[in-house]
Amino acid sequence: MIGLICRRAKTYLGVYYAYMLEYRAEIILWMIAGAFPFIMMEIWAQHAAQNTTGEAVGLSVVTFYQYFFAVFLVRQLTVVWVVFEMEGDVVLGRLSSYLMHPIDPVWRHVAKHIAERFTRIPFLIGGVILFFYLYPQAWTQWQGSLGDLALAAIVITLVFMLRFALQHTTGILSFWTERASAIESFTFLPYVFLSGMLAPLDVYSPKVQAIAYWTPYPYMIDFPAKLMMGYDFPPGMLALRFSVLIGWLVAIIIINRLLWRAGLKQYSGMGA
Amino acid sequence: MIRYLRTWKLFWSAAIGAEMEYRINFLLGVLTALCNLAGSIYISRLFYQNGQTLGNWPWEDALIVIGLFTFFEGVSSTIFSANLSKIVTHIQEGTLDFVLLKPIDSQFWLSLRNLSPWGIPNIILGIGLIIYAGYNREFPLTFDRYLLGIIPVALGLLILYGIWFVLGTLSIWFVKIYNVTEVLRTFMAAGRFPIDAFSPVLKFFFTVFMPIAFLTTAPAKIMLGNQVGYWILCSAIIAITLLTFSRWFWKFALKYYTSASS
Repeated sequence: MIGLICRRAKTYLGVYYAYMLEYRAEIILWMIAGAFPFIMMEIWAQHAAQNTTGEAVGLSVVTFYQYFFAVFLVRQLTVVWVVFEMEGDVVLGRLSSYLMHPIDPVWRHVAKHIAERFTRIPFLIGGVILFFYLYPQAWTQWQGSLGDLALAAIVITLVFMLRFALQHTTGILSFWTERASAIESFTFLPYVFLSGMLAPLDVYSPKVQAIAYWTPYPYMIDFPAKLMMGYDFPPGMLALRFSVLIGWLVAIIIINRLLWRAGLKQYSGMGA
Repeated sequence: MIRYLRTWKLFWSAAIGAEMEYRINFLLGVLTALCNLAGSIYISRLFYQNGQTLGNWPWEDALIVIGLFTFFEGVSSTIFSANLSKIVTHIQEGTLDFVLLKPIDSQFWLSLRNLSPWGIPNIILGIGLIIYAGYNREFPLTFDRYLLGIIPVALGLLILYGIWFVLGTLSIWFVKIYNVTEVLRTFMAAGRFPIDAFSPVLKFFFTVFMPIAFLTTAPAKIMLGNQVGYWILCSAIIAITLLTFSRWFWKFALKYYTSASS
């Protein structure tokens, strides 16, 4: 059983790794698009530097450098686009042939996403070196230990699962609406504004912060970024953050499976 | 010329007809636009805590920039992204052959064939915010200031079109570059802040290499009566250069087009 799973995983990953390598130009472009955190970094750092205290809302220039660098890494490692592929699968009827395979079609997408991550690694390493070369103070004042990084790696894996599950769930809606990507562009908004992509959540008003931390979004960027930086969480806070993250993950996977079953009954794509 | 105008009208009425099949999406589009604007305003407001400002811009003036940004976002999803993201598909699937065979200019066809009304809520909200913010300033903008603003906005549209078409043309060589639109959207997102909020290096980058400064900051400055002549002149030069270049680049790229099957 386990042997079979391993063999399948290896085949899928191998195939999609090769496929992704064919379109490296596209991956490079995607990485340039991922440089957005550095624009926000520059604007916040500039903002902090202009203040007489050298801080903006209590955060120093170097903290902004480190935070947005962590944001960049987290986003690079948790890119998800499954909703657009799902929409095509359902509307164009590609799903019909996938359903004939003796394996859940979701694994095909999982393998694609993981394989794509590997093609990114060389560019990512280049990016990290370039960043620390340009901003040496971010390196010398880095607080996070190896233990923090390991913990962040676990959280990033969970975040990838969460984002994938969420988008896959939106994708399942294409069984009913044909244009799930329109719903995605709406659900993308809380990700943009509550995840900490544009500003660390500490600069938000306490009320907004309190609400945000009950949604899954701050866990997608703000939380792993802070872990990486070696942020000092008050006692009990770390456990709470982990529980909320895992709670959302479990809840969304359950909803996903229920919807998937209901959706398949609805499926009437070409050839079905 | 009249033939082109008439074809253009036909293109857009057909496109609207097709999109009307998905009417519920329009409601979702309105909701998305509203939330997006609220989020943009909230994020900019974060810079105005503890008596600080964003690049020394008063809050109402920064709001004008957000309004312009929302407007440009609306136009680009209504016209530019609806058409130019299709260039990539045409090249990948080889259907560009059919476009080239049509007895009409191919750049015209590719740039204006489609229209997606989902960006219209953004256009309306953007214009509304510009008018509101201009009126609520310490010294409210007069009517002729608003009128003057139309010139740089029109030039900004030409600049954005030029960049977008040149990027789309690149797919003749690289084929699958859907992400190019993503790159552009990323840099455009910087336009929601006045250019003065950036460090000198980025300011230079967004003025010279990726002329985002001319989309939002320049029209705002012109409306506020800040170095009007200088900004209009620069915008005009860049717009004309980009348009001419996009024209030349497209003709040049077509020489390398080898179609999907031949």
